[in-house]
Amino acid sequence: MNSLILSAFSRFLFALMLVVSLYILYRGHNDPGGGFVGGLMAAAGFAILAMADGVQAARRMVRVHPVALMGAGLVLALLSGLPGLVNRGSFLAHWWFHAGDFHSGTALAFDIGVYLAVLGGILALILRFYEEQPEA
Amino acid sequence: MLLAQAVLWPVAIPLATAALAACCWQRLAAQRAISAAGVLLMFAATLLLLWQVRAEGVQAVQFGGWAAPFGVSFVADRFSAAMAAITGLMAFATWLFGQADIRRREERAGFHPLFHGMLAGVNGAFLTGDIFNLYVWFEVMLITAMGLLVIGRTRAQLDGVLKYAVLNLFSTLIFLMAVALLYGVAGTLNMADLAVVLPQAGPSLTLTISALLLLCGFGIKAGYFPLFFWLPASYHTASITVAAIFAGLLTKVGVYACFRVFTLIFTVEGSGLREILAVMAACTMLFGVFGAAVQWDVRRILSFHIVSQIGYMLLGLAVATPAALAGGIFYIIHHIVVKANLFLLAGAIHRASGTFDLRQSGGLMRRSPLLAALFLVPALSLGGIPPLSGFWAKFMVIDASFRGGQGWLAAVALVTGILTLYSMTKIWMEAFWKDPLMPRPTARAVPAPMLAAIALLAAVTVAIGLQAEPFVAYAQSAAQALVDPSDYIAAVLGAVPAEGGAMAEPRP
Repeated sequence: MNSLILSAFSRFLFALMLVVSLYILYRGHNDPGGGFVGGLMAAAGFAILAMADGVQAARRMVRVHPVALMGAGLVLALLSGLPGLVNRGSFLAHWWFHAGDFHSGTALAFDIGVYLAVLGGILALILRFYEEQPEA
Repeated sequence: MLLAQAVLWPVAIPLATAALAACCWQRLAAQRAISAAGVLLMFAATLLLLWQVRAEGVQAVQFGGWAAPFGVSFVADRFSAAMAAITGLMAFATWLFGQADIRRREERAGFHPLFHGMLAGVNGAFLTGDIFNLYVWFEVMLITAMGLLVIGRTRAQLDGVLKYAVLNLFSTLIFLMAVALLYGVAGTLNMADLAVVLPQAGPSLTLTISALLLLCGFGIKAGYFPLFFWLPASYHTASITVAAIFAGLLTKVGVYACFRVFTLIFTVEGSGLREILAVMAACTMLFGVFGAAVQWDVRRILSFHIVSQIGYMLLGLAVATPAALAGGIFYIIHHIVVKANLFLLAGAIHRASGTFDLRQSGGLMRRSPLLAALFLVPALSLGGIPPLSGFWAKFMVIDASFRGGQGWLAAVALVTGILTLYSMTKIWMEAFWKDPLMPRPTARAVPAPMLAAIALLAAVTVAIGLQAEPFVAYAQSAAQALVDPSDYIAAVLGAVPAEGGAMAEPRP
């Protein structure tokens, strides 16, 4: 597809969706949202890029292979469970720190892991589907 | 920390291995190294768990610091620890065999992450103490298994995976419905908690339907009659390393789930399940073995034999006396080793003779006497010839069904044993004994890693056969724990299951 309008807008939309997906990821801690939805939204951003500028452009933008992204997310999620083992003897028992109203903890690392895993998984799927001529 | 969390590592290690291997997607050498380390570490972790359970009884951990009925628990009693340990052994043996069998193309398609992901699913299913979590591990297993089945990207594999996927997705769906019904009645999904709550709820139609749905869902996974037909339609299309680990482990996860659910949550005794299970067991044995008799492809013969052997395990559950359950557990352990080994042998036969079709192979006894000798061990064991492990397994199951007043089941089991020997004789006569029709250009020597993996599993079979005593004793104590799960429940819920339980800690 070669549409100038879509192509010009896609950069803007891509950036917007990525930012919103990160916000959704962060707000998922106490409100609706989270790593899964955020990851889906980010993947949709890359999908728009792939539709407008071609799959190669989208792949370049991801930089690493989508499966590697998935693996990295899973590693991060597993690692986020380890601190709980140290002081509370329970895997995935999360650490927290507070600063006034703001609080965060290792649960956020878990959610980022989910975000990356979902993003990688969906990208591995849709980038392959969008390729018009898969290599023989 | 290492010991207290022994239940965690057999799942966490393969999961981490799969994740790290996926991170190195385009670097095969790194993937291989990670995979090797993962296999060895997991094997060690499962042995550690087995040792820990033997030394200190049932092990349980709770995730996220949430106390038992609210959080997800992982539990290892003697049965599940043994299953995890045998998974470790299988992972090691098939990985060793895979050194000579897995092609670069398959590695590039993601063999290592999928293989370890599947192992994580299998161990997760063995160790989880939560029935919804069991469903999740079933899904992990299903997805990774589908990936492994099509890893060669051939037309036959796509055909096989379609049958596999449709039936198994259906089975997990049924399983999920059963879980939903169970939750509606009991309000809990923790298996130990269910064991406490359900007797108070009393019998109801919902529970009966839930039990039957569970039997149906697990039955498809395990390959019980009449739901087994996907198995011989798909397993033979997979590459042999993959087929071996599938044959050894995947159906047995279904059997394990049946053993767990129908001892801990539901009972076979006095619920009308026994009659259904008995008929299913008998038909599974007979249909499997008859199906095998007409096949000529080694892998298809072996696939049908998985089905017939599953019948013996189900027989143990149908009779449901402690002795019968012990026989069933012993049978599962014996069968995993033997069946995976036979599939590995099928791969070696293919390597040595260039074909899976028995009619066209032959002469292997002269060309490769070591392979012939190694074939005899699992083949005779599967047929139940003393002093190999299969003899003790069959003896325990059949003896228990006579004592349990199910003489006709014992008779069916004996007939099936003889017919099994017929199939094994057929493979022996055709592939090893007879002269080859013509010298095949594709025939090659069997590589050392293949022989080493086969020899390792054969040695285990012989060891179980000659030193049956500790294994039988272990199976009996594991069965005793299934019949009387008070230790299991106490380990999960704490000594006194508090009314309503206590929140571990309020979230900030």
